[in-house]
Amino acid sequence: MAKVIEGLYYTESHEYVKVDGNVGTIGITDYAQNALGNVVYVDMPDVDDEVEAGEEFGAVESVKAASDLNSPVSGKVVEVNEALEDKPELVNQDAFANWIIKVELSDPSQLDDLMDAKAYEEFCNNQQ
Amino acid sequence: MNNKLYGKLIFELSHPGRRAYSLPKDEFGSHELPSAMRRAEDAALPECDEMTVVRHYTNLSENNFGVDNGFYPLGSCTMKYNPPINEEMAALSAFNNIHPLQPLSTVQGALQVEYDLQRALSALTGMADFTLNPCAGAHGELTGLMIIRSYHETRGDSRRNKVIIPDSAHGTNPASAAVCGCEVLEVKSTADGLVDFDDLKQIIADHPDDIAAMMMTNPNTLGLFERDIPAITKLVHDAGGLMYYDGANLNPMLGVARPADMGFDVMHLNLHKTFSTPHGGGGPGSGPVGVREGLEPFLPKPHVVKNGDKFDIEQPERTDSYTVENNHVGPFLGNFLVIVRALSYILSLGKENIKMVGPLSVLNANYIKESLKDDYELPIHGLCKHEFVFNGLKDKSTGVTTMDVAKRLLDYGYHAPTIYFPLLFHEAMMIEPTENESKETLDGFIEVMHNIAKEARENPEIVKGAPHTTPISRVDDVEAAKHPVLTFRQLAAE
Repeated sequence: MAKVIEGLYYTESHEYVKVDGNVGTIGITDYAQNALGNVVYVDMPDVDDEVEAGEEFGAVESVKAASDLNSPVSGKVVEVNEALEDKPELVNQDAFANWIIKVELSDPSQLDDLMDAKAYEEFCNNQQ
Repeated sequence: MNNKLYGKLIFELSHPGRRAYSLPKDEFGSHELPSAMRRAEDAALPECDEMTVVRHYTNLSENNFGVDNGFYPLGSCTMKYNPPINEEMAALSAFNNIHPLQPLSTVQGALQVEYDLQRALSALTGMADFTLNPCAGAHGELTGLMIIRSYHETRGDSRRNKVIIPDSAHGTNPASAAVCGCEVLEVKSTADGLVDFDDLKQIIADHPDDIAAMMMTNPNTLGLFERDIPAITKLVHDAGGLMYYDGANLNPMLGVARPADMGFDVMHLNLHKTFSTPHGGGGPGSGPVGVREGLEPFLPKPHVVKNGDKFDIEQPERTDSYTVENNHVGPFLGNFLVIVRALSYILSLGKENIKMVGPLSVLNANYIKESLKDDYELPIHGLCKHEFVFNGLKDKSTGVTTMDVAKRLLDYGYHAPTIYFPLLFHEAMMIEPTENESKETLDGFIEVMHNIAKEARENPEIVKGAPHTTPISRVDDVEAAKHPVLTFRQLAAE
């Protein structure tokens, strides 16, 4: 069973955002890393790039497929996880600890459109 | 057979200064390249004697696996038998020794081959006309989308830049749309694997004025015939968009149903799939594009036409415009000898036999699916067309994955199915037997698949460690993706 963490917000495309003040830490979920298989490359935006809720901001490439990363929220990128450049496999080791980008939220009300842990867990259970 | 000595890399067999050629004396004087165009140092090529070269490549060729060696159920690829009569036709001197620029009066037969294939493909699909120029499926997709863009622009409607593509589509569809400068709108699939009609309605409602086209593969990549096709085509047409048919999965429809009758406007075919020309190993491929009546002026040039009883070539107009109808999309008239092979296939089957291709490919796929569904998880039940998708082994407790099953099949002398595509299922295993296989071949494959499922339960390590009998055992694909070793020099240095 894939791990789901309380207090985070989740998308249907299996990204999470953890909110601390006005900064959102974004990554892919444990369910996503498990479905993708061994991650070999993470394509990330640059600091100061703008991301938009529901829009692509990068990609994760595994031995099975390349999948777009969709941002759960809009805002400006304030930090990217540079450790993933050399060690993309960290995402497989712990997808929640090894986040991908941090974003300064431009519209915190967008969080209302996302799933909480319970809803996301149910969503995953209904997936193939 | 993998000979230890000659199975080495050709670079490892190299000895400096060894030669296996002698060139004739230059009869036309010296014509050395200008020094600026010559390389400063010799190319690092292997140097071997002739027998070593012959044995090395013969060894390599014996490691090859093709449709002539054994069963090749690679889903979505239609790896059908390539009848030798196609090769005989393509080897004819009158086709083989002509030049694309020689006078048309001397190549009337070759032009007739192109013309007859254009007509045959039109008859089989219901389209008004075809261009044979694109050299592969994705090349056809791009050509088709350029035709659609040209159609919209000619009507003065240049804002249409959105292309709707189902989430089950081949990856080439969104790639072709992006190369054509369009934005992709993805439409979801329903739980039973078909286009989600409500989601499609919403997408069109959200983009009322800028839908250029919708691309569809029918049957789709799950091998399912899209039930709502008339409603889908009406919806897209009403929004001003055109319907694009990806011909990757035409095989089960051959002689049974026609894309134009389903409401499609533009389509491509893969001669290397549906029409039995060589597939894989570099092909070469061929991706003819067909258009419905009214869109013929947008086909690229050159294009073969018939005037009276003579065949002629319509050349592009000399203009400054870069519209597809005034340009070459490929060299001359496409991969001509592939076109010869496809026409040979169609004519040797004939009008009646070609109608058996679709039904037999559907029968074979359903026979395998129903025979294996107790051991393998069938996510979508019911009749499939030419192919179907399992979601891995039914018993997930063994830890044996689709990758392991695919590798184990190699030990039994079978090519693996397509794996981990489509992305709708995590352990996807996509099987397409084609129409050519005997019941004994299908039964042999079914028995081996049952065996592997049994091994997964009783001795999972033998499946997880497969393949055991191939010249190269399981490759580390993570390491290969992260640190690719692409040249011998790189290998030697490491």
